[in-house]
Amino acid sequence: MSVPPLLSLAGVSVSFGSPADGHEVLSEISFDVPDGEFLCIVGPSGCGKTTLVRLLAGLLAPSGGQILFQGRPLAGTSRDRAIVFQDYSKALLPWRTVAGNIALSLEACGIAEPERSERIGALLAKMRLEPAAARFPSQLSGGMQQRVQIARSLAQQPKLLLMDEPFGALDAITRQDLQDEIARLVAENRTTVVFITHDLEEAIYLGDRVIVLAAEPGRIAEMIEVGIPRPRDQLETREDRRFLEHRHRLFGLLQGH
Amino acid sequence: MKRVLRGALIPALVFLLWEAGSRADLLPMDTLSRPSDIAVALAGGFVDGSILLATWQTVQAALSGFAIAAAAGILVGAILGLSPPIERTVGPSIEALRPIPAVALTPLTLLLFGFGLRMEAGVVAFACVWPILLVTVAAVRGIEPRLLEVAQILRLGFAARLRKIILPAALGRIVVGLRVALSISLIVAVTVEILMNPRGLGYGMIIASQSLKPDLMYAQLLWLGFLGWGLNAALTRAFGSWHGAFGPGVRP
Repeated sequence: MSVPPLLSLAGVSVSFGSPADGHEVLSEISFDVPDGEFLCIVGPSGCGKTTLVRLLAGLLAPSGGQILFQGRPLAGTSRDRAIVFQDYSKALLPWRTVAGNIALSLEACGIAEPERSERIGALLAKMRLEPAAARFPSQLSGGMQQRVQIARSLAQQPKLLLMDEPFGALDAITRQDLQDEIARLVAENRTTVVFITHDLEEAIYLGDRVIVLAAEPGRIAEMIEVGIPRPRDQLETREDRRFLEHRHRLFGLLQGH
Repeated sequence: MKRVLRGALIPALVFLLWEAGSRADLLPMDTLSRPSDIAVALAGGFVDGSILLATWQTVQAALSGFAIAAAAGILVGAILGLSPPIERTVGPSIEALRPIPAVALTPLTLLLFGFGLRMEAGVVAFACVWPILLVTVAAVRGIEPRLLEVAQILRLGFAARLRKIILPAALGRIVVGLRVALSISLIVAVTVEILMNPRGLGYGMIIASQSLKPDLMYAQLLWLGFLGWGLNAALTRAFGSWHGAFGPGVRP
């Protein structure tokens, strides 16, 4: 008697355009995500990564196959599945402060004062945003804005956290900070994560498991268990024998051609 | 303060030359009253209350019409902006109605409402609704799609989406339509008064002109200009502080 996976995809495909001459973006995608896993999906541009994350969020319906979430067919969006977009500046409400942006999730979840303020305070502390609470997104650096978006996503207490290339637009140092931060938060909350990236090293560094997608049409090329113990370290993990082996093995798959 | 003084330089100079010109009999007194006579007429109008009453009547009609147009324009505009199928159905009718000159509806509103506030406000509302409606449709369509996806992920209902996402995101551009409409409202109100509605500053000016009192006519004209400037300044001020909600240096 095994526990059913939190998320399960079976033969999922997505085509745009008419059935006859439609363009197939994703083809025959099947994988399970057990509760508590950190799954990274890496692939070259044009492999349908973003389409996949939109499917999982419920913003898009598959053309074929089935997606089960908690054992039930996934239909439409749900507050159980949060999403962190890459373009943080477009995803935050510019007319609300940092605290106000986090409050949006809590308002949507129907959480009233004084609990709302308490939870905002806890999230601000957790994401190290306390000094910025009363500031507007436009007054913050990219890294800080992305922290706000992550805080807003965590505020809805999702069972599944979807992250669509969340650190793709950040500089290398900020990216490493946020990688460690998200790994710590996820370990604390035991949140299940599907993390999309085009950065192979980021995928191996963060993931329990890495799925490599191939392009045209987007399909699963390879799936590996990372098997490096946590907590991981930006220096040592990246020099770990297993890290380098994975990197060597998967590198060729991402070259396209 | 220095800027205000600098800006007042040219009008002061014009009035000074005007006064001097008419005292030297260089200007025709029957059409160009002396500024000093105009000032006396204006003061007289304030003292006997006639200008204040006329101002109240004009502003009341302009603002009532404007308020009706703003409510209808923003609501309908938001619906049309959110739903392309509805827009495709209603859009052609709007395009058919919009070119009708608002003032041409004066005889119709007279039949409907008779002389008075309601006919004037009706014409003003018809004139003001279009810029607000069109700007709102464009503003709602121009909202960052990401924000609508955030609303979808959080499963906000229609009312919450409108209040928390759509209106705040679109308001910066809707304000542009409101400002255009506000200046139109005063123009149309005065025009309707000059055409046929026996109330307000427009009617007052016609009466002054027909009874050969150019000083009183000029007094009301100047007062009307000041009124338009004041209305616009009030609106800029009201929404200037609202813009501030975006933080410094950010304009939606």
